[in-house]
Amino acid sequence: MEPGEIHALLGENGAGKSTLMNVLYGLYQPDEGEILVDGKPLKLRGPSDAIAAGIGMVHQHFMLVPVFTVTENIMLGAEQVRGGIAGFLDRRRARREVAEVSERYNLRVDPDAVIEDLPVGIQQRVEIVKALTRDVDLLILDEPTAVLTPQETEELLTVMRSLKAAGKSIVFITHKLGEVKAIADRITVIRRGKTVGTASPEASRDELAALMVGRTVRLTVEKAPATPGEPVLDVAGLVVDDDRQVRAVDGVDLTVRAGEVLGIAGVQGNGQTELIEAIMGLRPTLAGTVTLDGQRVDGWSTKKVLRAGVGYVPEDRSVDGVVKEFSVAENLVLDIYDQPPFGRGLSLKPDAIAKSAQERIEQFDVRTSSAQAPVGTLSGGNQQKVIVARELSRPLKLFIAAQPTRGVDVGSIEFIHSRVIRERDIGTAVLVVSSELDEVIGLADRIAVMYRGRIIGVVGPDTPREEIGLLMAGITPDATAGNSAEGGDAATTDRDAAATADADAVSGGGTAATTDRDAPATTDGVAPAPEGPGSEDKEA
Amino acid sequence: MAVPDIEVAPVDEGFWTRTRKVGLVLLALGLLATVLFGALATGEQARFTLSEDAAGAALEINGTVGAILFGLITLAAGAAMLAGLPKRWFIPVLAAGLVAFVLSFLCWQVSAAPTGQNFMPLVNIVRGTFLLALPLIFGSLAGVLCERSGVVNVAIEGQLLMGAFSGALFGSISGSVWVGLVAAAIGGSFISLLLAVFSIRYLVDQVVMGIVLNLLAVGITGFLYERLMQTDAARYNSAPRFSNWEIPLLSDIPVLGPALFRGNIFLYLALLLVLVIHIALFRTRWGLRTRSVGEHPTAADTLGVKVLGLRYRNVLLAGAVAGIGGASYTLALFSFTKNMIGGKGFIALAALIFGRWSPTGALLAALFFGFADQLATYLGAINSIIPGQFLAMLPYLATILAVAGLVGRVRAPAADGKPYIKG
Repeated sequence: MEPGEIHALLGENGAGKSTLMNVLYGLYQPDEGEILVDGKPLKLRGPSDAIAAGIGMVHQHFMLVPVFTVTENIMLGAEQVRGGIAGFLDRRRARREVAEVSERYNLRVDPDAVIEDLPVGIQQRVEIVKALTRDVDLLILDEPTAVLTPQETEELLTVMRSLKAAGKSIVFITHKLGEVKAIADRITVIRRGKTVGTASPEASRDELAALMVGRTVRLTVEKAPATPGEPVLDVAGLVVDDDRQVRAVDGVDLTVRAGEVLGIAGVQGNGQTELIEAIMGLRPTLAGTVTLDGQRVDGWSTKKVLRAGVGYVPEDRSVDGVVKEFSVAENLVLDIYDQPPFGRGLSLKPDAIAKSAQERIEQFDVRTSSAQAPVGTLSGGNQQKVIVARELSRPLKLFIAAQPTRGVDVGSIEFIHSRVIRERDIGTAVLVVSSELDEVIGLADRIAVMYRGRIIGVVGPDTPREEIGLLMAGITPDATAGNSAEGGDAATTDRDAAATADADAVSGGGTAATTDRDAPATTDGVAPAPEGPGSEDKEA
Repeated sequence: MAVPDIEVAPVDEGFWTRTRKVGLVLLALGLLATVLFGALATGEQARFTLSEDAAGAALEINGTVGAILFGLITLAAGAAMLAGLPKRWFIPVLAAGLVAFVLSFLCWQVSAAPTGQNFMPLVNIVRGTFLLALPLIFGSLAGVLCERSGVVNVAIEGQLLMGAFSGALFGSISGSVWVGLVAAAIGGSFISLLLAVFSIRYLVDQVVMGIVLNLLAVGITGFLYERLMQTDAARYNSAPRFSNWEIPLLSDIPVLGPALFRGNIFLYLALLLVLVIHIALFRTRWGLRTRSVGEHPTAADTLGVKVLGLRYRNVLLAGAVAGIGGASYTLALFSFTKNMIGGKGFIALAALIFGRWSPTGALLAALFFGFADQLATYLGAINSIIPGQFLAMLPYLATILAVAGLVGRVRAPAADGKPYIKG
């Protein structure tokens, strides 16, 4: 690492990026090898050594105490104290320091806000301020964009540039190629715990992806245009609470037709999980209706919903999708174990189960040592294939896939995607929920964007990413109307047509609109963003 | 590029907000008090004497009038809540309503008592309340210290018992109360040490470990009591007792003075500890770190806080506090007997939860429990038609309601009971 350099660490899920950085931050101890800082070997016994050596880290899962204020979180571990041995906290000084650092780097945060009330984008900002108050020279960002909207990501990249300008070095861990190309000075690609190459940001996306996965992969999903038929799933006015009795789904209407893929995009935690669980009968609905093929199914048990012809790939594979200790064969019949030919009355038919398992293992390309191996011993991608195989082995009217490729290797992603499309082509209605925007765009024939429990817009798959990104941040095209008008075409009236041509106009307008969201009609809203994006953070 | 202003969307609770629900309950209580207590109360004067017996100055009210009057106050509080009270008034109005309900009940009871006993000696009641609450205060403080750092302390009972035992034993042998006090603290810490080692180092389930330790403490102290103390009680089980200290000025306050400020060191120590732990927990570096370790140990670790070390320290400290609480029996009131804590440790656990894991909350909860206990004794003494056992049940009923979230949300430290495994 050079001073003032942004070094991207690129690799697939599970390639060892985070582990490497946790070693660098002193959380894990290396089994072998050493770390050199300024040519001298560095021995890290814990994070405090790393901090002392000028290394700071923003973890993928934020390391913030949710019930503490921003100041308390930032002062923790490096408290300013008065009163000698008693160690009374000097909150005033800490607050001043927070204000100072956030001022200097243009990272506005309210020192007295409680973390759990803040949106993730701001929480991440708190993490960065926390590292900066500790005077770090090297900042490690572990998958910082995983939970951000495209707009928040853009903002983060700006922050990174200004940190770089201030002479800080940054290690940027990600598996998203676009971001790497946008910001990195140097790229190191890691695969299965080894460095497989370094590249410059000029390298093409395909080259980088090939380095990452070890062979050339297709980044897009090939599919013919959809031929939508009759509506299969009809959700109207659905209201659902989450586990904490907070409204998670707040009046959702959506329709999925036979032979089309409806993708639900959105930043995680905007009600997607609860929506799907409510449709599946896993969560009580408070209001509204769910209709499957003309029949009300809300209030039905999950078993009844499944038997009515719904296939379901749950979001959390290891908890809800498979029973890890059960064999592959057993997992493949979890849904129909009690029906012929697999079981009758109180008994199971092991031969029939094994035979069908063998067929499906071949059909779905599940890489396992045997059908009797516990599912827990399989890789994430193959576990997911087991689930997909199970769910697609029934005649379906509706197929729901939640985060179908999360934590899955690229090879399996391709396979699963092609299966989803094949299911669509035989006339099944498909509902895909994913927090990976690329996946939604690749698979879906229509995209519904969810924001704070509502469908904030339904757009075509050719809609520019930026526009979908704005929707994910809760900004509807109406709010950007003034700007779009200035740009020429009214993107609101015919989104699909205006899409490609006006991509820049829409996103530029969106930026300005973000600033003045409460008063979109003012002249400020029309003018292009006057200052650097960092200065727009007036809400923080 | 700005992140749009995101406020947490207000949850629409509909008409039946928490205030209204509680108001409805209060309304029912008020109705009960006004009608039933009012009808059952007699025309006798209910006297609340400011002394230890029937003599001296007293607050007096006609039984029927009092029962109805206070019942109406509860009714009014309930009605105010039902009408939609601003949030900041919730606690004061709730408190007023409940206190009035209790007073209405007392007016009925005192006026209906046998002739000549229509009085309630307030000094006795207050003193008894604190006395009964004392082990609960120490115990729940031990719970606060442990659980705020993320270790569930079900072993309070064992810590109290071990403290009582070591206090008695070493106090007797040395003949010094102070040696006894230190020994009690060490005894409590001994149980804590086992809890810490097994739950922090060997990741044994903390609740299971706590229960096992309670049984262990009963076993060890029971064995030594029979084999050692009973053989030569004069030598091993006759610890000196702390004498009462009268605090100047404070002891002259009516009712509170004679009830509280002519007591022994344990009461003063308990109140002092509540204050010190409260300040330490919320205003010092130690407190910030303790709370962070109890809420999100990984975050604390990444900032260089030594999670396990801090937990060890807090668990040991908790044992010392509980140990001293145990000694409040053997170094002030009784000589040691087998299993003399008799479940107070578990009640302290309830007080900890009822007090929402805060030192001051635990104090108030402990006093509430102590008051109910004392009231039960009093009602027995005046031959009330209400069985004392029924009143003694009340605190636990209240705890169940509190834990079920009916009286506001009770939220334990997020990492409470979860062992911290690095990586």
